[in-house]
Amino acid sequence: MKTLLLAALAGLLCIASATSSQQPGLKLNAHEYELDNGMKVLVKPDTRAPVAVVQVWYKVGSADEHTGITGVSHVLEHMMFKGTERHPAGEFSRIIAANGGEENAFTSRDYTAYYEMLERSRLPIALELEADRMRNLTMSKDAFLKEIEVVKEERRLRTDDSPPSLTYEQLNATAFNHGPYHHPIIGWMSDLEHLTIEDARRWYDSWYAPNNATLVVVGDVEPAAVRKLAERYFGDIPAKKLPDREPRPEAPQRGERRAVVKAPAELPYLMQAYKTPALLMSEHVWEPYALAVAAGVLDAGRSSRLSQRLVRGQQVAASAGASYDLYSRYDDLFLLDSTPASGRGMAEVEQALDREIDKLRTKLVTQAELDRVKAQVVASEVYAQDSIMTQATTLGALETIGVGWEAIEEYIEHIRAVTPEQVREVARKYLIEDKRTTAVLEPVAIQPAAKRAPAASEAAQ
Amino acid sequence: MRLMVYSRGLLAAALLALAPWPAQAGVNIQHWTTGNGMRVYFTPAPELPIIDMRVVLDAGSARDGEQPGVAGMTATLLNEGSDELDADAIAVRFEEVGAEYAGDAGLDQASVSLRSLSDANLFEPAFDTFMRALTNPSFPPDAVERIRNQILVGLREEAQSPDAIASRAFYRAVYGTHPFASAVSGTERSVRGLERKDVQAFHERYYVAGNGVLALTGDLTRAQAERLAERIDQRMPKGKPPAPLPEVQPLAEARTVKIPFPSEQAHVYIGQPGIARGDPDYFPLYVGNHILGGSGFTSRLMKEVRVERGLSYSVYSYFLPELVAGPFMIGLQTRIDQATQAARVARDTVRKFVREGPTAQELTLATSNITAGFPLRIDSNADILEYLALIGYYKLPLDYLDTFNHNVEAVDQARIRAAFSKQLNIERMVKVIVGGDAKG
Repeated sequence: MKTLLLAALAGLLCIASATSSQQPGLKLNAHEYELDNGMKVLVKPDTRAPVAVVQVWYKVGSADEHTGITGVSHVLEHMMFKGTERHPAGEFSRIIAANGGEENAFTSRDYTAYYEMLERSRLPIALELEADRMRNLTMSKDAFLKEIEVVKEERRLRTDDSPPSLTYEQLNATAFNHGPYHHPIIGWMSDLEHLTIEDARRWYDSWYAPNNATLVVVGDVEPAAVRKLAERYFGDIPAKKLPDREPRPEAPQRGERRAVVKAPAELPYLMQAYKTPALLMSEHVWEPYALAVAAGVLDAGRSSRLSQRLVRGQQVAASAGASYDLYSRYDDLFLLDSTPASGRGMAEVEQALDREIDKLRTKLVTQAELDRVKAQVVASEVYAQDSIMTQATTLGALETIGVGWEAIEEYIEHIRAVTPEQVREVARKYLIEDKRTTAVLEPVAIQPAAKRAPAASEAAQ
Repeated sequence: MRLMVYSRGLLAAALLALAPWPAQAGVNIQHWTTGNGMRVYFTPAPELPIIDMRVVLDAGSARDGEQPGVAGMTATLLNEGSDELDADAIAVRFEEVGAEYAGDAGLDQASVSLRSLSDANLFEPAFDTFMRALTNPSFPPDAVERIRNQILVGLREEAQSPDAIASRAFYRAVYGTHPFASAVSGTERSVRGLERKDVQAFHERYYVAGNGVLALTGDLTRAQAERLAERIDQRMPKGKPPAPLPEVQPLAEARTVKIPFPSEQAHVYIGQPGIARGDPDYFPLYVGNHILGGSGFTSRLMKEVRVERGLSYSVYSYFLPELVAGPFMIGLQTRIDQATQAARVARDTVRKFVREGPTAQELTLATSNITAGFPLRIDSNADILEYLALIGYYKLPLDYLDTFNHNVEAVDQARIRAAFSKQLNIERMVKVIVGGDAKG
């Protein structure tokens, strides 16, 4: 059973990782071009509905930030809606709305992406607006000062007032003590307090360039026509010399790390992270796939081990989850999390998780378990075809991270090839105490008044 | 790909509520009734090898009666055991063929859904397991205890979330003695008191063909759909729908509920009873609310509270029409010391809108947004299933999608003003603020 936070972490992008299939007719079959200025263009026709998704991906995210300016990628994302000379603040959203479109953006560790979803004939409108803001952003100081307050509210909402999110933030910062993934995507509050419009401008001037971007279009479109439109709107934007990305590998972890988070809460919560390789830098291609299968054996549906054994069998956990993402720019984490069942202690939960990891190291997974994980992977790849947004997100993320969108076409093949011995081998190599970080949420009592919600003060206005 | 992403807006909840179920030729909705009286809504979608189905029942928490939480517990327990199968066996049977099962209870309905690949070798076992869960759950005593425990943990989870506390308090204050006042998860006391036989009785009473609507789409023909519907129907007792829910009474006076909580933000809800599905004012209220607080970045509430003043990350309003009047609701979160200010800005924005209605320009923008965006709402099987379930469950006209754009275009400024002043009384709203100390 997925726990709250891992389910949230899974979100949009996790679904995306499962797209494509080796079955006939289910390949992504994207058309790929590169403009003269270095901008990549990926087009995937899907004619089921007269709709198109446009996404522009920039290869810059919180992994590129350093202490003092953390959160700047995400703040800049907010500022991208604050107007250009041609389309002043509010116009972007107004124009897309008037054309029946939906628009938004998202920032991650590895990228920042913008999207519009429209009826297919309105495609040029989105391209024109995206091209305009790739180089003509006005960024007024007044707008920045208001928007940074909005971002602080976002941080309060999604992190500061969410005990599981606070726990995840500390887990992450403890597991990566100086590498690119140390900082939270939204930034530390103290950095948000001090961030200036100049920081955001510098970020924009450094990273927002066609040669650091990928345009993805999925929907009822003609690849040749999209190529022409891309050339018309983005073709004359000059390439920039991009900043060097200094290598910032995390120093090898030498022993288990622990963090304790105390926050107003009712429930204790446990997260564990093991340092694991991502596909991009993995020495052995099969290892990340074997880790993905290991995560699936633990937590791919209710038939998997954590649900069956911890939640139902021993009933030590109210919920327990595992996740691993092989698609990231730098080496990453294999995550476990759990909320104890009523009356069960945190130590019991931790031991139960340890036993499950230990079993992966010592015993071979059964063929039936492997088959189930693989069946779910194949099915979810088909289900992912139901959403053009998911298809576009998969293409864009894989391209931006650097593994190339074609990696998705090999996904099922690689997952199918994983053997029980390989699962045991990666568990022995990576799921070990010395590579582990544990974060524990220790609830601080919420004052009694708040618990008595029904008896709270009420007054006529 | 795991990864938390941060984004400019988290508006899903706001946008869903009165989501347009817009129209345009293209969704071929077929409707018939089975032998035992189950209403079926079907749209073929052969492009992908997927079948989606959902049985919707009038078995939400509004039917809890004196046992808050029983509807939710029933829906949760369906796949915890059936016939000779235990929870593990059921899970294996779904997952070894890649099928996805979900059972869920809300305020005015419960639903049981299946997504499967359409290949008969995969679909048939998934369907069989689905039917066992739906029609013959065994509610094993140990599973009842375990699920009770998980619901109790969930209640503590709610108790640590200022948003969940605010939402609970809002429904209680808006609905008083009406069944909608009570949360789907029940209360600690009521959940502790639920017995296996209560769940059994609830299932027996409400999970019947005569109380069910089947929504079905995907890679199957009409003939296959009919056979499938009959197979479901024949395995369910005929039964009949329950008596209609009581009407919702308007608020007699304004009320403010303040609940202290040690959070960084105050969670604010403002609202009152809204409308039922099928209300003749639906379209003017839908289009009007789109402008007021339902359209995300271009809405008035967003402009006043977030863009102009930087007070909140998320602010929205919606009508949530149900079998009887669901709420009209404004929601926002802001730093504790700004709560009063933000609530005032939100109320003033609504007050002005009720008094003056939208400008001509706002109406044009909203109308073009809703109508031009029509194809986006039905671009996946998952979307189509939602619409089939909605139209079927609330007995909306079969041509609802086909006439949606026309109905939206027929709304003018005067109708919006009239509908809002009839529907909303800004002087009699409930305001809930959770966060800060008791003085707040």
